[in-house]
Amino acid sequence: MNRSQAKLTAGIDWPIFGMYLALVFIGFLAIFAAEYREGDHVIQNLLSQNKNWARQVLWFGVSIVLATGIWLTDSKFFTATANLFYAFGILLLLVVLAIGTGVKGSNSWLELGGFRFQPAEFTKLCTCLALAKYLSAMETDFTKLRSRLIAVGMVMFPLAIIILQDETGLALVYLAFFLVMYREGLPGVLLVIAFSGIVLVLSALLIDKFILLYIFTGVAAVVIYFNRYQIRRKKSRLVTIIAIWAFCSSFVMYVVPFVFTNVLKDYQVRRIYVMLGQENDPKATYNTRQSMIAIGSGGFWGKGYLKGTQTRLDFVPEQSTDFIFCTIGEDFGFVGSLIFLGIYVSLLLRIIFIAERQRSTFSRVYAYGVASIIFFHLAINIMMTIGLAPVIGIPLPLVSYGGSSLMTFTMLIFIMLRLDADRQMVLR
Amino acid sequence: MSVFNQSRKRVIQFIMLGTVLVIVARLFFLQVVETKYSKLADANAHLRKVIYPSRGIVYDRHGRAVMRNEALYDLMVTPINVKNIDTAYMCEILEIEKAEFLRRIQVAKNREGPRRPSVFANLLSPDMYGRLQESMYLFQPGFELVQRPVRSYPYGVGANFLGYISEISPGMLADTSGKYSSYQQGDYIGMTGLERTYENILMGQRGIQYLVKDNLNRPQGSLEGGIFDTAAIAGKNLRLALDLDLQVLGEKMMAGKIGSIVAIDPQTGGILAMVSGPTFDPNLLSGSYRAKNLGILLTDTVKPMFNRAIQAIYPPGSTFKPITGLIALDEGVIGPDFGFPCHGGYGLCGRFSRCTHSNPGHAANMRVALANSCNSYFMHVYRLSVDNKKWGGTKNGQAKWVEYLKAMGLGRRIGVDIPSEAMGIVPDTARMNRVYRNVWNSCSEMYVGMGQGQLSLTPIQLANAMCIIANRGWYHIPHFVESIDQDKSDILKKYKEKISVAHISSDAFQSVVDGMADVVTSGTARKAQIEGFEVCGKTGTAENTTIVNGKMVKLKDHSLFVGFAPKNNPKIAIAVVVENAGFGATYAVPIASILMEKYLTDTISAKRKPVLEQMLNSNTFSPEIKHKSKLDSLNSVNYAGAEGAVIMRKILGH
Repeated sequence: MNRSQAKLTAGIDWPIFGMYLALVFIGFLAIFAAEYREGDHVIQNLLSQNKNWARQVLWFGVSIVLATGIWLTDSKFFTATANLFYAFGILLLLVVLAIGTGVKGSNSWLELGGFRFQPAEFTKLCTCLALAKYLSAMETDFTKLRSRLIAVGMVMFPLAIIILQDETGLALVYLAFFLVMYREGLPGVLLVIAFSGIVLVLSALLIDKFILLYIFTGVAAVVIYFNRYQIRRKKSRLVTIIAIWAFCSSFVMYVVPFVFTNVLKDYQVRRIYVMLGQENDPKATYNTRQSMIAIGSGGFWGKGYLKGTQTRLDFVPEQSTDFIFCTIGEDFGFVGSLIFLGIYVSLLLRIIFIAERQRSTFSRVYAYGVASIIFFHLAINIMMTIGLAPVIGIPLPLVSYGGSSLMTFTMLIFIMLRLDADRQMVLR
Repeated sequence: MSVFNQSRKRVIQFIMLGTVLVIVARLFFLQVVETKYSKLADANAHLRKVIYPSRGIVYDRHGRAVMRNEALYDLMVTPINVKNIDTAYMCEILEIEKAEFLRRIQVAKNREGPRRPSVFANLLSPDMYGRLQESMYLFQPGFELVQRPVRSYPYGVGANFLGYISEISPGMLADTSGKYSSYQQGDYIGMTGLERTYENILMGQRGIQYLVKDNLNRPQGSLEGGIFDTAAIAGKNLRLALDLDLQVLGEKMMAGKIGSIVAIDPQTGGILAMVSGPTFDPNLLSGSYRAKNLGILLTDTVKPMFNRAIQAIYPPGSTFKPITGLIALDEGVIGPDFGFPCHGGYGLCGRFSRCTHSNPGHAANMRVALANSCNSYFMHVYRLSVDNKKWGGTKNGQAKWVEYLKAMGLGRRIGVDIPSEAMGIVPDTARMNRVYRNVWNSCSEMYVGMGQGQLSLTPIQLANAMCIIANRGWYHIPHFVESIDQDKSDILKKYKEKISVAHISSDAFQSVVDGMADVVTSGTARKAQIEGFEVCGKTGTAENTTIVNGKMVKLKDHSLFVGFAPKNNPKIAIAVVVENAGFGATYAVPIASILMEKYLTDTISAKRKPVLEQMLNSNTFSPEIKHKSKLDSLNSVNYAGAEGAVIMRKILGH
C-alpha cells in the first residue's frame, strides 16, 4: 500500500502542490467572506449550491478529479495531442463566437446543460501546449523570422477571436506568451519597444499632444547635437533619429487620438482614463473607487476575517470574481496582502525554477507559458483593484470564483507537474 | 539554443518581481499611509442616524401642560433616488393622484435640487404614517420618514413668553463661539421665549445610532450590536409658577385691548400670568402652520408678536407715586408724617402746576397723599430726595435717586427668564444732561415724581416694584420656571435669592402700604375691592404722546393699575396697562381685580361676573387698527388649544 502510494505521488513537486492548495483555499475563504451574511445556514447553502462559495467547492472537487486524471496520464499524451488541443480550442472559440451566450456584455460563454463555460479560459491551455509543441519541434529555428511570425500568429489568432467576443481582458492575457517567446529568443529589443510604446501611449493620454511634440522635437535636437560628429561620418544615423522623432510625434498626434475615438469602445476609453485619474465621473470610477476604499480601509492589520464592511455589504462589484482581492485587502490588511502576494511570487519563481530544470524544450516552454499566464493575470487583476490598471475583467488565478478559470489553471499547473515529474524523458 | 537564452530567466524574474514590488508599494500607500480610505469606508457603510429626543414639556403650577409635544412625521423625498417604486401604492397611501405625485417631485427638485431631501408630505396623519412605516422598504432610498418636533399648546395661551422653535439658522451654524457646535443643519432650536432660555434643558440629549448600510443605502442592522450608539435622553420638563386660569382669563380680557398684564407671586417671584394684549394662539406657529402664519403675525397692525409685558415701555403715571415716596423715606428726607400744603397746584418751581385736589389736608402725610394721589406732594418729595444735602448737589442727588430705581429693578433689565427684555427709561444723569444740555436742577424733571416726564417703565418692572412694596423691601427676580424635573444644576439658584432694596422702618413702609389700601377702600381704585381681602393698589392715568407727521400729538391716556393683595401676607402682585383706554379705573382696575379675585378665591363672585363680561367684550382698538388687523380671524381658526375654552366656560359658569 505504502509503496503503491509512493509510486503514485512519485516525482510530484510538493511546493507547487502546496501553494496550489493554499491559493485555492484562500480563494474559498475570500469568496465565502464576500458572500456570507450573519445568519446564513452554511450547510444548507453548501447542499443547495445557491452560493458562489458553495459552487466553488464543487468546482474544486471537479478540478481535483481533473488533476488526478492528468497526473495519471502519460506525459507523452500532451506532446502528442498539443496541436489537437489547439485546434479544438480554436473550434470552441469560433463556436462561441457564433452561438455564444451573453454574460455582462460579452459573448464568450457556452451553455452546456445548465453549466456555463468560457472557452477563452480553456484556450489559454491549448495555446500554451501548441506553442510549446511548435517551439520544441526539430524543424523550428526560432532565430528565423518565419518561425517567429508563425509563433506570434499562433498566439494572435485566438486573441483576435476573443476580442471579437468582447472579452478584451481575457484576450490581452495572450500577450503573456510574448514573455515566453522572449525567453526562447525573441529579440529583447521587442520588450524595450513594447515598454516604450506603453510609455508613449500613457504620455499621449496624460500630456497635451502639442507639449509632447515640443518635448520630442527638443529631445531629437539635443540627441542630434550630441551625435553631430557621428552623424557627419554616418548620415544614416540622422535618418534614424528623425524617423524615430517622426514616428513618436505622429503616434501621439494622430494614432492615439484615432484609436481612442474610432477603435476603442466608449467604456474602454473611460476605464483607461479613470485608471489614469483623468476622469472623475462617479459612475465610471465607482468600481475602482469602491475597490480602493475597501482595500485601503483594511489598514495595516486588516479588519479581521468576516469583519470587512465594504466587501460584505456589496459595495464592491464583482467581488467574488474580478474584485476578489478586495476581500483579502480589507479583511487581512497590508500584512495579509503581503503574505498573499508572497505565496504568488513563490509560486511564480518556483515555476520558473522548474522550467529551467527541464531537459526538453517542450516542458520548458510550457512551464514558462504557465508562469507568464499566471503572472499576467495576477498583475492586471490586482493592479485594477488598486487603481493601477484599467478595469478589464480577468480573474485572479485559483482565487476568483469561477469554474472555467479554476479548472483551466488546475489543468495548466497539473500538466506542468506531470511534465516535470517526467523531466528525465526527452519529449518532443 | 536554450543555453544561449538562459540569462533571460533573470530578466523575466526581474519583470515579475518588479511588478509585484510596484503592487506592494501601492498597497502600502493605500493601506498604511493613506487614512482617508478607512474614513470613506465608514461613511460608505455606516449610517449615522441622529435620534431626536422629545423636547421637555412645560407645566403650570397645577401640573397642567401649557406646552407639550406631538409626534408627527414628514415624508421626505430625494428625487434622484426615486426609481422603481410602486407609485400607485404610494399615491394610495397618501390619498393623492398620480399627477399630484409627479408635481410634488418636481416641486422638490425645484426647491432643493434632485440630490437633497425635501419635504414630500408633511405632518402625516397617524394612519398614513403607520401605513407608510410598514411599507417604507418599498420606497427607499428615495423616500424616508423624518420625525418633526411639533409643539402643541392645549390651552392656546402663552405665545409671547413660551416662544417657538424652528430650524437652526445658517447664521447660528456659522457661529464660531461653539455655542451651537452640537447642532446640525435641520436641527430645531428654541428661538424665543422660554424655548430659547431653557433650550439646553428642554432639548435633552440627542442620541446617535450607527447603522450599517449596504451599497443601496439600505440599513442592515446596527453596527457591532450597537456598542457605539448613544441613547437619546428626553428633554427635562419645566414647572412654571404660571397659573393657567389667570393666564387664560387675562388673555381673553386683553383680546380687544392693547396693553399687558404681569402678575407675580411676591413671596417667590414666580410669574403667575404674563399677558401681552392682543396675543395669538401659539398653535398658529406650530409645525407646518408657521410658514403660513408667521408673516401675517409679524406684519399685523396690532403687533401680536411684540411681548408688551417686557418690551413695551410706558410712563407709569400715578402708579409711580408709591415708589417716589419710598425713596424719599429710605433716604430719610421725609418721615411718614411729612405733609405738604397743596392748594390745587405746585408753584415752587416758578410755573404753577395744577392738580386734582385743592381741599386742605389732602396731602397731610404720606398715607393721605397717596390715597388722594396728590401730584404736588410727590413732585415735592422727589425734589427733596434729589436736592438732599447728603449727596452734595442736585446732579449727585439725581444719580443717587436713579440708583434707587435701579436697585428696585426699574430702568434696567430685571433678569426675567425670557429674552428680549427692554430696559425702560429713567432720568439718569446722562439723559438729563442730554435733554437739558447740562443745565438742569430738581425742577427740570419734577414730573418724574408723579410718574411722567423722562420716565418709562415696562409692566414687569412695575409688577416687580409692587412685589417690593408687598414684601416691605425685598423681591425675587421675576421668573417663570419654579423647578425643573430631575435637574440638579443651579440654573434656578438666582431666582431663589431674596434681594433687599430698602432699609426703611416698618412704620414708614406701613404708611405707603396703608395709603395704597386707602386707594382701594376709598380712592380711585374702589373697583378693585375683593370681599374678604385687603387689597392695596394705585391707579394711573398716564399722559402719552406720539409723533404723527413730524408733530407731537397727544394721545388718549393709558389706563394703569398696580397693586397687590392681601395687604398682609401678600399672595399676588400685579401691574396692568391698557394703552389709550382712559382712566386707570376704567379698564386696568377691573382687569387686575378680576385676576386677583380669581387667584385668591379661585372663583369670580356672581356680582362681579358682569364686570368680567364687560372686560371680555370691550374693545379699545381705534377703528382704523381694528379694521386692518387680521388677528381675530386668525385666532378663530382653532388648531388646538381647546382647553382654554374649557377654563373660560368654568369661570363664567356657562
